[in-house]
Amino acid sequence: MPLPTGDTIGILADNLRLRKSVLPIPAGVATRWSRGLNLPRGGETVLYTGMMYQLIPYIAAMSKAQGKVEDSPLANFVRLGRMINKVVNISGFMARPARDMQVRYDGMLVGIARLLEQAGVEFGYLYEEELYSGALVYDLGVDDVFAQHAREVYQTFRKKGVKNVITVDPHTTNMLRSVYPQLIEGYDLQVRSYLEVLAERLPATGPAPGGADVVIHDSCVYARYENIIEPQRKLLAAAGIKVKEPRDSGKFTLCCGGPAESLFPKKALERAAIRVAQLQAVSRQGVTMCPICLVNLQKAAGPDMNLRDISEYLTQGVRP
Amino acid sequence: MVQVNPGFIDQVGQAKTFNAAACMNCGVCSAVCPMGIELLPRKLFRYVLLGVEDKVRENSATIYSCLLCKMCEVNCPAGVHIAENVRTLRYYLYKK
Repeated sequence: MPLPTGDTIGILADNLRLRKSVLPIPAGVATRWSRGLNLPRGGETVLYTGMMYQLIPYIAAMSKAQGKVEDSPLANFVRLGRMINKVVNISGFMARPARDMQVRYDGMLVGIARLLEQAGVEFGYLYEEELYSGALVYDLGVDDVFAQHAREVYQTFRKKGVKNVITVDPHTTNMLRSVYPQLIEGYDLQVRSYLEVLAERLPATGPAPGGADVVIHDSCVYARYENIIEPQRKLLAAAGIKVKEPRDSGKFTLCCGGPAESLFPKKALERAAIRVAQLQAVSRQGVTMCPICLVNLQKAAGPDMNLRDISEYLTQGVRP
Repeated sequence: MVQVNPGFIDQVGQAKTFNAAACMNCGVCSAVCPMGIELLPRKLFRYVLLGVEDKVRENSATIYSCLLCKMCEVNCPAGVHIAENVRTLRYYLYKK
């Protein structure tokens, strides 16, 4: 039998309500990427990770566990799991992340911070006070729990005197820029993706010569919710990457299937395989700008395709 | 034979923003859906407008299968807020 929808959503919503994240991870793990960078604590402008990159290794591990439960008799025990999860965080037992994956995703955040520094952007970080945005619970329609959480996130920013937020992934950008303002009266944060911030500061020197052919996979959320389509292309061109467009691209990009991952892991993988085929028809080197797209597409592609986050391409020329 | 609940649209909540009535059943949404969901959104939204509550509830898996990717919405000639309507239905199902 498939995963029971109500109880699976219930576990995620309970986690957000009780533990401030759909998949609670230790604060030390969430902030580990920033060690040694000496980023100021807080400030008027902060880099807000929304914990998305840090969560991906856990989500991948959880998805693997869910895949074993889906269509098996174990699915009958999800309701029991929800009851236990209210007392003990069971996701901590189910999701054992791969160390090499954690290192890689932490490295992407390091790269983003270095790119911003190199571009002359002054910013701080909230460290262990940073909260997850609530994006998944919003998508699943648990609006009451989400609205309460959104207010807590906003209050955290206000208490710290934050005025400008630089986001690193499309889902968090959409929550803070387009969804929170509908829920929170007087919402006054200026929210921009780091891709927009960097693209604005590009010197007018035109594309760098040479470079590899890379097929681009646009995030649905950046392209269709936030209309962020050009900054990533400008940045890649300036870094000397020749961007190739797949069959469905830009505003008409094809979804990676990732949003189905939490409830229908097999369907998510099927959709990802279709998108991978489109990408591979153009190049075996691909670039994504959303960690959910990256992990879902890479799972479907296996070793046949080299997919990398846009930050990994852009940092090729940045000194460590 | 179906049972109709005329107040269903109000129970779904946010009836003012549930703009499914703008749908003209052209079928573009079904044609471009990456999940191949034939039911969403036009038939399902019509069930809501008609008050056929049982049909909505028995298709909950379909409602949760939607990726909210907006491929349908960006192609919709009637400007239906498809993704937000689907989210509204999810909220209704979760409350139930």
